[in-house]
Amino acid sequence: MPRDLIQEARRQAEICNACRYCEGYCSVFPALHQERFFTDGNLTQLANLCHNCRGCYYACQYTAPHEFDLNLPRALAEVRRESWERHAWPASVARKFHSNGTYIAAALVAGFALLFLVIHTLGSDGGGEGFYAALSHNAMVAVFAPAFLFPLVSIAVSLRKFWKTIGGERIRLVHIAGGLGMAAKMKDLAAGHGDGCNFEEEDRFSHARRYAHQLVMYGFLLCFAATSAGTIMHYGFGLHAPYGFFSLPKLLGIPGGLMLAGGTGWMVRLKLASDRHVGDQNAWGGDMGFILLLCFVAVSGLVLYAVGGTGLMPLLLALHLGSVLSFFLLTPFTKMAHGFYRLAALVRDAQRKSEHSNLSSMLSRHMDPIAGKENRT
Amino acid sequence: MTSQYDIVVIGGGNAALCAAMTAAEAGARVLILETSPKAYRGGNSRHTRNFRCMHGGPLGPLVEDYSEEEYFADLLKVTGGKTDEHLARLAIRTSEECLPWMEEHGVRFQPSLSGTLSLARTNAFFMGGGKSLVNAYYRTAEKLGVDVLYEAHVTHLELDGDQITRVDYTHKDQQHRTEPRSVIVASGGFQADTDWLTRAWGEPAKNFLIRGTPYNRGVVLADLLAQGVSQVGDPTQCHAVAIDGRAPKFDGGIVTRLDCVPFSIVVNKYAERFYDEGEDVWPKRYAIWGRLVANQPDQVGYVIIDAKSLELFMPSVFPPLKADTLEELAGMMDLPADKLHSTVDTFNTACGDTSAFHPTELDGVATTGIEPPKTNWARPITEPPFYGYSLRTGVTFTYLGLKVDDNAQCSTEHGKIRNLWAAGETMAGSILGQGYLAGFGMTIGTVFGRIAGREAAAYAA
Ligand SMILES: Cc1cc2nc3c(=O)[nH]c(=O)nc-3n(C[C@H](O)[C@H](O)[C@H](O)COP(=O)(O)OP(=O)(O)OC[C@H]3O[C@@H](n4cnc5c(N)ncnc54)[C@H](O)[C@@H]3O)c2cc1C
Ligand code: SF4
Ligand code: SF4
Repeated sequence: MPRDLIQEARRQAEICNACRYCEGYCSVFPALHQERFFTDGNLTQLANLCHNCRGCYYACQYTAPHEFDLNLPRALAEVRRESWERHAWPASVARKFHSNGTYIAAALVAGFALLFLVIHTLGSDGGGEGFYAALSHNAMVAVFAPAFLFPLVSIAVSLRKFWKTIGGERIRLVHIAGGLGMAAKMKDLAAGHGDGCNFEEEDRFSHARRYAHQLVMYGFLLCFAATSAGTIMHYGFGLHAPYGFFSLPKLLGIPGGLMLAGGTGWMVRLKLASDRHVGDQNAWGGDMGFILLLCFVAVSGLVLYAVGGTGLMPLLLALHLGSVLSFFLLTPFTKMAHGFYRLAALVRDAQRKSEHSNLSSMLSRHMDPIAGKENRT
Repeated sequence: MTSQYDIVVIGGGNAALCAAMTAAEAGARVLILETSPKAYRGGNSRHTRNFRCMHGGPLGPLVEDYSEEEYFADLLKVTGGKTDEHLARLAIRTSEECLPWMEEHGVRFQPSLSGTLSLARTNAFFMGGGKSLVNAYYRTAEKLGVDVLYEAHVTHLELDGDQITRVDYTHKDQQHRTEPRSVIVASGGFQADTDWLTRAWGEPAKNFLIRGTPYNRGVVLADLLAQGVSQVGDPTQCHAVAIDGRAPKFDGGIVTRLDCVPFSIVVNKYAERFYDEGEDVWPKRYAIWGRLVANQPDQVGYVIIDAKSLELFMPSVFPPLKADTLEELAGMMDLPADKLHSTVDTFNTACGDTSAFHPTELDGVATTGIEPPKTNWARPITEPPFYGYSLRTGVTFTYLGLKVDDNAQCSTEHGKIRNLWAAGETMAGSILGQGYLAGFGMTIGTVFGRIAGREAAAYAA
């Protein structure tokens, strides 16, 4: 791990630990206050608990020009990206995509090209209807099954390494439930007081980013569910595409696509309005490229649905499937991976909380009431 | 030139903002003149963390109740009776309605989570600390139509008989004057003016560190006192604590505090102990070391602890110096090594049975036969590595200020000044002459800021 990034995060974490004013904002601070010395693993865990809401930046009395130069959201964002790059498998690939939108665009173009080629050379076996008239189902499976499995394997490898780094223990169901609960509501994005985060307009609290992110996440999950439903219908029930409007894949997929397109568009606007200096500047291009890729997946999917019956269909099918392919393959190496790491960090945090159950945390509080909040001015 | 504003508020901290919002809500056109740039707006208020609040039952984040009598008794304990009972009770009583008002104006409190129980009862903690409070107030004030001018340094208020006729300030190297109907002074104390502090305290003050803003230099205070505005408080009084000697000259804030004295021995630059580190003077203990260190040569002290005590206190902003031997530590701190050794030896020999050691209670584990004794938590310093911190005097605020009445109104010996009010640190001496109760500074600023805003708006109407 680059010493300067982690060392800078450590320096700042130590100041926060002496200050503790931000205790109520998010999960980072209670976890931070439990340590006195920060190992690289501690800092990696803290970094993955942070979602760059920036509450603690605008509230901090020590931001530049103050000589303490606090910018915890940025310090953690840098450690976070670095941790994703380091734990990704293969790591060298990740380094490119996290910090560089151009590589993502290139991957996208490669995805298009591949699909064109496949459609062109394999085409359909002649008998297919709808999309299968352009590309047979078997050809589609031949391309997408590996593209879907590879990221799963890659992420599984990464998460195992990550779990070791952050000192995770045996996972029990309650930990997972705790982690999922936090993620489902994106509770931390609301900040401790529920007014949201300070993203797009300095210290103004707003829920915009939380809602945009919800749209993206649930939109994505709906699209994913639509695809899964289609697959199950295909193999389980012999019901083949194209599906009508009132079929499960469409009922899930269309709202999903709309949410995903709207959410990613909104996210781009918020990101453009935000102060780059309070995040990881190196990741900006990669993140933006990723959001745009996701947006393209959604929009091309919707357009494909709209032009389904026309001669434009094969072209759009290639564009859409090309983007889906790139998206899948890039999952372990782009911002998309953050969901997995963050969930792992939340599960780890649930473990921390239960390790430090009420009694022990009260005891440790008890160790410093002399020092505690009592007599400070 | 008559001002387009009814009211000019001088300062940009808690008291100023409370006054400005209240006046604007009453319909007045208000201008805030804040001497600092935007990044440093909010004076000492940006360093605060909590607000002490009376309450008859659970209120917001506060549990149980905290009565006027109990609050007042707590105040008397720390001020040694130097308290204006009438104004103090007014502040205490009004604090209860302030808390919901603060929430309405954007302040968010931390739910009483892990904190110590006794404080969850008396003090409401701002989520994100004082700067988030200040940010919220600026947003609300701007919504209410209050104008804010940063880097606007007020130099003079013209007092003519019983009213202020003019406010002079500089902004972007230009002199400006304005003639509002009412003026509210909320520009803090004078602790950042080292020369003034030195005049009041003597030479040692040059080595003091200022825990808060560099902008509270008492310019307006001095200007008004020179024109005969009634003063209150003793210029030699300031609230000072011992902080990490490596802290910056200004604005080090809360993180420079050191809580390790009870588990240490503290020596001066000759490596001699000079005070009972285990004395129970709570709640004054924290404040007493500021003065003790101020009275040592070069106004510096050195805390020595050993490995077994390291985790007993809150960490501070800088890690301690660390060495395997006392000699090495002495070298790092520029202390005479032989002397430090013999001081520690003498201390260690004077320690007795330490089995009753208890870090969170007065454990009576004391030394025998040395001067000064250590009357609690006295454990020999034997276990390497050894750790050291330097200590300096950190000034929180000064007490000298403007004398005000129930309406936060200022006066001269001839009577009230018709259009001048004061709020916050700049008039806090009207209420407490010495000592300090955690969270009371924000109470004074909020209560009297709102009163000043109300009165100034009524006068301007
Ligand atoms: C580190 C620290 C922690 C503290 N913690 C707490 C706490 O937890 N709870 C509590 O109750 N109290 C606390 N206090 C005390 C508290 O800060 C003060 O009591 C309170 O902030 C005073 O508010 P104020 O508005 O009067 O002054 P300030 O907030 O200091 O505001 C004064 C303003 O006047 C401006 N100014 C000064 N001169 C001029 C001029 N000539 N022209 C224009 N503007 C001028 C300054 O820039 C500043 O904005 C703390 C103090 C410090 C230093
Ligand atoms: S970010 Fe700043 S205000 Fe918040 S805990 Fe850290 S040092 Fe304190
Ligand atoms: S940016 Fe938000 S999530 Fe990250 S540490 Fe600060 S308050 Fe917590």
